[in-house]
Amino acid sequence: MKFRSKIIDIGCLNNFTRVVTTISKLTKTCVLRLTPDNLYFVLSGKVSNGGVAMWCELAQANFFEEFQLEGVSVEANEICLELAPDNLSRAMKTAQNAKAVKIKLTKKHCPCLTIAAELPTMSSVSRVVTHDIPVDVIPRRLWNDFKEPSMPDFDVSIYMPPLKIMKNVVDRMKNLSNFLVIEANMNGEMNLKIETDLVSVTTHFKDLGNPPWGGDGSQTGAASQRDLETMVQVRVDIRKLQQFLMGQQFNPSKAMCNIVQNTILHLILLYEDVSLQYFIPAVA
Amino acid sequence: MDCVVTGGNVKVLAKAIHSLSRIGDELYLEPQEDGLTLRSVNSSRSAYACFLFSPLFFSRYAIPDGHGFRCKVAIKSVQAVFRSLATLEKTVEKCHIELDGEKSRLTFTLHCKHGLLKTHNLSFQDSESLQAVFDKDASTNVLKAQPRLLADTVLNFPPSLEEVTVTVSDERVWFRNYVDQDAEPSKAMLTELCLSADEFDHFAVKAQSSVTFCLKELRGLLVFAESTGLPISMYFDGPGSPVVLSVTDSVLDTNFVLATLSDESAVRQQNPKRAGTPLPPLDDFMNDELESYLIAMDTSMAPGPSFRSLLFGSVYPTGSPLSNLTVAGQKVLASDSEEDPEGV
Repeated sequence: MKFRSKIIDIGCLNNFTRVVTTISKLTKTCVLRLTPDNLYFVLSGKVSNGGVAMWCELAQANFFEEFQLEGVSVEANEICLELAPDNLSRAMKTAQNAKAVKIKLTKKHCPCLTIAAELPTMSSVSRVVTHDIPVDVIPRRLWNDFKEPSMPDFDVSIYMPPLKIMKNVVDRMKNLSNFLVIEANMNGEMNLKIETDLVSVTTHFKDLGNPPWGGDGSQTGAASQRDLETMVQVRVDIRKLQQFLMGQQFNPSKAMCNIVQNTILHLILLYEDVSLQYFIPAVA
Repeated sequence: MDCVVTGGNVKVLAKAIHSLSRIGDELYLEPQEDGLTLRSVNSSRSAYACFLFSPLFFSRYAIPDGHGFRCKVAIKSVQAVFRSLATLEKTVEKCHIELDGEKSRLTFTLHCKHGLLKTHNLSFQDSESLQAVFDKDASTNVLKAQPRLLADTVLNFPPSLEEVTVTVSDERVWFRNYVDQDAEPSKAMLTELCLSADEFDHFAVKAQSSVTFCLKELRGLLVFAESTGLPISMYFDGPGSPVVLSVTDSVLDTNFVLATLSDESAVRQQNPKRAGTPLPPLDDFMNDELESYLIAMDTSMAPGPSFRSLLFGSVYPTGSPLSNLTVAGQKVLASDSEEDPEGV
């Protein structure tokens, strides 16, 4: 099992740091899955993390100058590591103006993901800072837990309003209630609602547009046959949604939201070739 | 005592107070012939800081005749005088420090723009002299650096980090985060930064050594050094004997004396490869051999006491006549004061 990679371009470095920082805001630990072509940050929906799941996919070629991977075996050419994304984020932040950053798997006091950054100095010799992030190597028999989640057969799919505005609304609503009802229809309308004994608040968004999933086989079912105006709703833990809105540093080019009635809220952010999916389960 | 600070020096004084507030809860004030000293020590007496402002720092400097006067005040109340550094710089033209022996009040008067006067009357307590005994000129290793270099170095470590280990060789310095023995090693991220001697203004290492001390006070001193743009010198010997951080200029002399972790084996044990000699080559960045890291494994179980004290007193063997005095007298002991005629 070997992994060694290198980032040189400052733009790539910034983007990668932004992705990692976003992940670190969403979860304390996650799984980093490395394949010859992609990196994935995965959080599987376990009860211990409130059923929230995350899937973030990056094409390595867009970030790394060098990317060498020797997986567990020839037929399973992958490496799965559990780590604290906050450590990775902190390490990457210290390397923001580095001439080069190497990320490699090393064996030190324990298995580590080592981030070595070569920082520019006034003198002729570069300054080198290394961060050893302890990781747990995940055995192959557990890999099944970290496969890409299948796209739920949603009832409604809609583009989200500007995330900043949505965040402001959700932040205010959080002061009033612990749960939020998010509802949307195929006519580009979305409502955010809270209901308590004392007060009911609803924020309406319209003309948001609905993503065309048509060509994509499995998704044609429920959504298209439904009446355009019918609202589909899901009730979620407001903190989970707030965390998602607060943490993201993507400035996504596209932000979408899929709802399965009373089951799950599925959020998708796209930025260039990075995609982040976030699943929040419904609460009764 | 009657002294006046004007112009940019007010900010220097304010920054000094802020730096001292990171050390202890009390400010020891002592006007002397050679200037005004401000000192502080932390509750465990493992960190001591002293600022000496020479009479030239002030536009007026008069001290009481006769026997030396000294007092201590709560540092929070002095900090309150210089609370907002930003507005201080813009508005305060002059700061007048006066001692009223009759009423037992220490008065800070800030003369601001538009004739505004802000007067703070602080109560004080008489105190013994607070004086750490150290001889930085006898140190084996001396490093001098611009505050920027050290600030950039410290930035690589998380704000929550308490102690840092500094290791020096003939031509390099390593900064590492110190991980507590009790902490689970597989959870902590280890950060290491290597600086070459070229980056220092002055680099004199007579013996390879490794010291671990608290970052908090260094951060405090850095705030001061960065605002004044003065280089920081670091004097140290080895584990257990204090490290002295010093900032000097023609009108001020600042020394921070910090205890270091005395149990060297604890440091080695915690991180056998990194702390020991031989030190890794600088071109480690170019060296990608995974095998080179394998040596580091499996040696971490060596038994050793996790004794850890940052008290100055701990540098003396138990039973030494001096070991009791740290507590008894109002003095802070540091370094080899047995040889020092001015000792306790």
